[in-house]
Amino acid sequence: MNRFESLDTLTGIAREAAINLLYRLADDELVIGHRNSEWTGHAPILEADIAFSSMAQDEMGHAQAYYTMLQQLGERDPDTLAFGRKPREFRCSSLVCLPKGDWGFSVLRQFLYDAAETVRLAAFVDSSFTPLAQLAGKLRGEEKYHLMHGRNWVLRLGNASDDSHRKMQAALHVAYPHALGLFEPTEYDEPLAQAGISPREEELKRQWESAIAPVLADAGLSMPEGVEPVYGGRVGRHPDALRELLESMQLVYNIDPTAKW
Amino acid sequence: MVDETQKHGNAETPKGADGTECRLSIVGCRTEGSDQAIDIRHSTFDNSSIAAIRRALETVVDPEIPVVNVVEMGMIAGVRMESGMVVIDMTPTFVGCPALDVIRENIRAAVSAVTAAHVTVNVVFDPPWTSDRISETGRQKLKAFGLAPPGERCSGALMQSLERTSCPYCDSTDTDVESLFGPTLCRSIHYCRSCLQSFEHFKAV
Repeated sequence: MNRFESLDTLTGIAREAAINLLYRLADDELVIGHRNSEWTGHAPILEADIAFSSMAQDEMGHAQAYYTMLQQLGERDPDTLAFGRKPREFRCSSLVCLPKGDWGFSVLRQFLYDAAETVRLAAFVDSSFTPLAQLAGKLRGEEKYHLMHGRNWVLRLGNASDDSHRKMQAALHVAYPHALGLFEPTEYDEPLAQAGISPREEELKRQWESAIAPVLADAGLSMPEGVEPVYGGRVGRHPDALRELLESMQLVYNIDPTAKW
Repeated sequence: MVDETQKHGNAETPKGADGTECRLSIVGCRTEGSDQAIDIRHSTFDNSSIAAIRRALETVVDPEIPVVNVVEMGMIAGVRMESGMVVIDMTPTFVGCPALDVIRENIRAAVSAVTAAHVTVNVVFDPPWTSDRISETGRQKLKAFGLAPPGERCSGALMQSLERTSCPYCDSTDTDVESLFGPTLCRSIHYCRSCLQSFEHFKAV
């Protein structure tokens, strides 16, 4: 199989597919990073506040790294990509768009998301697309703290009291169909798999399911059954929550996109 | 001092006990006691420029940890002369670290002061920065600063390993994790049951 050692060695359908993949990765990180930042100053305890603020900073940094790669592939600069696009141009999953909800929902969503990211980054380490493999190797070291944080909270709240357990189970019912949407198949699944850039979404989903199942079981939570995945995010169809989020996040930029900071 | 042959990365990825994959080969760069591996292309410089550039780099610190310089932090991955320019590869500690731009600019300014050539600082992820790249001197300075040096990255069950983080004040390992996140992206917060102090720890990544 060909290796794509640098960005310019990517051509044709492999290039188009890689660009699409990078948008999905970057937009997920940016949007969940923004959702995390909504807990800054509002989380139930100081450590929780610091954790979500730190994760927000990490995810924004990761988004920037992916956007920078996109810029090197001929797309627009990172600031324009983050702040200058309309909702339908985003390729994020609906999971990251959902409002932050209560604390239980936020930590559960974060856990489901971080587990998916862990699975993805592990696969990317062997990607034929060397710049992505290198970046993934770097990001994994940081993401393991996110996953550990999410897992600790899910276990704690799942097992704490009837009330916390009930809230976590309710959060799982809401989040799960959207979490499945993280693995929405796209027209680029085949080209990406054939080029050795990324495994198919179906394969990643299988790995994710076996990663989360034991933790949710230890937390005493039952897996929703017969769930229909919520798709659409990867082709630009989003819940209204994304429009509201972007209005808030892009507000200052849109007043004067040429302003220097 | 400078080992131009040592490279990091490219290893098998065995699984730790908690299923976390880890890259064991990188661990060697600290325990072998080498000073930081900077890939300096000697052929492109004369000896006095190498010494001057290295001294200049050693004056640049992370503003959030002002006691450790970028060489000791292991952030300098390579230095070379390319088309008449000095090119420095910097491998970032944390991708989202807000201090990166400042550090990058400070590196450029410091090296520009000792060379007439144009200086460019690239951000690279190859080799990936890991906490094992911090030199022994760097680790001692972190500890003296009250920041527990990073533990093993690949000790299997990471949480259990974090719960035995050695206190920088009294060296006890009878410690607890208070928070996986701290005042900067690179730190976690711990409590020492022996000397009853809270302390910070530079995360192993």
